[in-house]
Formats: sequence, C-alpha cells, structure tokens
Amino acid sequence: MDYGTLFIQQIINGLHLGSIYALIALGYTMVYGIVRLINFAHGEIIMVGAYTSYIMMNVFGVNIVVALIAAVIVCSIFGVTIEKIAYKPLRNAPKMWALITAIGVSFFLQSTVMVIFGVNAIPYPTLFSDLIQVGSLQISQIMIVSLALALALMLSLELFIKKTRLGKAMRASSEDAEAAALMGISVDKTISTAFMIGSALAAIGGVLFAVAYPQIKPLMGVMPGLKAFIAAVLGGIGVIPGAMLGGFILGLIESLTKGFVSAFWPNATLWADAILFSVLIIVLLLKPSGILGKNVREKV
Amino acid sequence: MLQVKNINVYYDNIHALSDVSFEVKQGEIVTLIGANGAGKTTTLKSVSGVIKPKSGEIHFKQQPIVNTPSHQLLPLGMAHVPEGRRVFSRMTVEENLELGAYIVKNKVQIKEDKEKMFDQFPRLKERRKQLAGTMSGGEQQMLAIARALMSRPELILMDEPSMGLAPVLVQEIFKIIERINKSGMTVLLVEQNANMALQIAHRAYVLETGKVVLSGEGKQLLEDDGVRKAYLGA
Repeated sequence: MDYGTLFIQQIINGLHLGSIYALIALGYTMVYGIVRLINFAHGEIIMVGAYTSYIMMNVFGVNIVVALIAAVIVCSIFGVTIEKIAYKPLRNAPKMWALITAIGVSFFLQSTVMVIFGVNAIPYPTLFSDLIQVGSLQISQIMIVSLALALALMLSLELFIKKTRLGKAMRASSEDAEAAALMGISVDKTISTAFMIGSALAAIGGVLFAVAYPQIKPLMGVMPGLKAFIAAVLGGIGVIPGAMLGGFILGLIESLTKGFVSAFWPNATLWADAILFSVLIIVLLLKPSGILGKNVREKV
Repeated sequence: MLQVKNINVYYDNIHALSDVSFEVKQGEIVTLIGANGAGKTTTLKSVSGVIKPKSGEIHFKQQPIVNTPSHQLLPLGMAHVPEGRRVFSRMTVEENLELGAYIVKNKVQIKEDKEKMFDQFPRLKERRKQLAGTMSGGEQQMLAIARALMSRPELILMDEPSMGLAPVLVQEIFKIIERINKSGMTVLLVEQNANMALQIAHRAYVLETGKVVLSGEGKQLLEDDGVRKAYLGA
C-alpha cells in the first residue's frame, strides 16, 4: 500500500473511530455543561451498554437492532439512577466530593461486572464485517453504519438542543441554573435529561465499539471513556459541537498515528495513546477552554 | 397578596435576616430600601425560594411557600427579576423571552405576549435575533423585565433594576415599573436608589443590618428626616 492510499485509509478509519469517541464525548460535555461534574463513571456506561447488547443477542437471541435499543434503555436507566443516588446528594457539596464519588461509581460498576461475568474478555458476535473494496481502499460495513448513525444522532441532538422547549431549558440551566429555576425550569429534570441522553449515546458508542473490536471485558470502557473525555476537553467542555469536533480530531490523530508510526516502529498503539495524551496537555497549555470553548467566566 | 412573617436567614454563622416581616397587598408597589448588605437581596431570594429561611413564614395568595422550590413559584404567579439581570447571554433575545414563558403551554399566547413585549420595548424588537450577552446593560435589564412578564405573573419581584445604569435609563426603568403596576401587576421592588424607589412606591420598608427598622408610605418616608439623612443624601 502506498502512502497516499494509507493516508486515505487511515482517514476513513479515523472518522469511524472518531464518530464513536464523539458520541461518548457528548455525554461528558452535556453533564459537565449543567452540573459542572466530570462524570468519570461515563466510561463504564459504555461497558454496560456493550454487555447488555451481548446478553440480549446471546441469551435472548434478538438481532443487533433490538440489542442496541435494549442497551440504550438499560444505560439511560443506569445514568439517571447513578445521578439520583450518587451525585444529587452532593450537589451543593465541594466539587471534589462528586468527582471522587464518580470514580467510586466507576470502580463499583467494573467490579460488579467482573464478579458476574469474570475478568476475561468475551468474544462479541461478528457483525457488519463485510468489506467493501473501493479501488485499493477497504471499507467495512461497520464503518459506514457507525459514521451514519453517529452523524444522524449528533444532528438530532443539535436540533433537540436548539429548537425544543426542553433543549432550550437545558441550555438555560447550563448557563445559569439559578436564573433557569426562576423561569420555572426544574433544574433536576434537565439534569436527569442530560444524564439520560448522555448515557443513551454512550450505550450506542459502546455497542459500536464492541462491533468494531469484537470483544467485551469489564475494563473496556476505561480507554474509550478517557479518550472521549479528552475529546470533550479538546473541543471545549460544555460545548456540544466541541465534543463532536474533538471526537473526530482524536479519532483521526489516533488512526493516522497508528497507520504511519507502525510503518516505522512497532507498538504503534502505545505511540498513538502517548500522542493523544500529549495533545490534551498541549491544548490545556495553549487554550485551556478548548477549541470551541468560551472563556470561563467565574460566577460571583 | 404576600405576607412575610418573622423570617430568619443565616449564612453560616452570620445572622443575615432577623425577624423580617412585611406585607405586599394586591396592586401595590412596595419597596425595600437599605444600604449595601442590609439584607434586601436575601429577603427577595427567601421569598422566591432561592434561599430557605431557617424560621418564619411566607404566604403568597394565602398559601405557605417557605418550602416551595424556586421553579414552582412561577406557576403560582410570582416572577423574579434577579439582581444583575441574569439574562441568558448566549441565547438570543427571542429565546430569552420564550424561556420566560417556559411554563406557558399555549403557543398562541406566547406568540402574542412576545409581540406585546416587542411593542412595549421596541429596542428588544430590533435585537430579537441578537445574543442577549452582546446588548447594553439597559437593554439587558429591559429584557430581564420583559422575560419575567412573559409568564403573566400577578406579583413581580425586582432586585436592583436600576443598578449600574445611566441616569436617563434609570428614569426609564422606573417609568416601566410604574407602567407595569398600572397594568394591574403587584410589584415588590428592592432598590439602592431610595429616592426613585420611594417616589413610585405606595409603601416602603427600610432594612438595616437584617432588620426592618422603619416602614410607611413611600411619600411619607421621602419626607422622613432619618431616611433623608441615611439614604437620600440630604
């Protein structure tokens, strides 16, 4: 494969991976936008989504679409419940408490899945694996499915936030929760909605991830979760189009690094991660509010 | 319409309000005046459920509301124009107005009211698609008032609506408040500009370090020597 083809191939791979990161990053950014909390348990929602879809397909014998819907429902319930039980009581506590709680929730979910399903990776059904040959490029069906689904979901989310009554209430709460309450907006309700939508998108991200790398394990949410978090910060945490942009940028960096570095050095995956985290550090140094981030205005 | 009885509010160990009582009758403009830190904003926030008093009672239209969360007060007919305007700066003027009518289900009414606000505040009409944060302080204050009117409240609480505005605009804001009152709305106004506030208010209460120290008719307090010395600079 010549470098030109390799480049285009890796761009396609990067868009595929990026679409998954973007979906997951949206959950971080929506929750942060309203409650100013980095929900570190968000990565585990990815894993819960993947396991749910696996159980649905292998135990109940349903197809991937039904399994995906089940994963969305289960994860939405998880997200909302976690918020109610773990974060809501700490709403007026110092931010650090909620952050530590989020890490606790994350460990709790990982360990629970380990106890039930064991620590080893379980093979995930092979789906949409047919390759479409375009010239010397190879595009698998899952790439097209992922990208199309992710773009459709992001467009719907953008319309929801911009146009609907609840969407406007979410934007208002994210800007000034106290003033939003004075408009008759129940901030609790908008917070639940943010957790619900974020977790639903993470579920879809998790299923797409499991289809792309067909195995599931209790710690599978950690790296994609962390990278999606970087994507959210990169794009500007709290800014919805920022999460999408950040997700795609991250996916592209990762797959280009893997593609080109592996041409010269082994262990390309490790290189890719090192470069990704360097990107986070550089962005935080140069523009702490992220690419599309507004300058942070401290409330007085 | 609104009865506040012996409310006490503490911020940690600071006794911010002690036994504050006052009343607002239907159709009145009542103003709370006092120096910085006297407890005016705290009083207003207690009424609108942003702060929960430690003790005391608040009744709105005969209903106890001390335990009612902020967002449930608007449906009862109480709107609050907060201190510092607090418009949603990253949203357009029109979206801000729509959020003011968040609890209104009737789309026709929202549309009508929006047009009504644009008639009353022509500046907002010119800027309907503009982000609220890019407007001047006076325009933002008008938006904040218009936004509160969108839910058609019976009682409107206003916290320092003249703060930081040029004298011409201060005059205009007070005219607007009088106009709103004449249209049938009851107004509870917190002001540092005691002179202007007392001129338009039917009745007034003077707060000093968290206590009501004086009350009476607006015009009467305007003549009061103590008030003139302390708040009117005369």
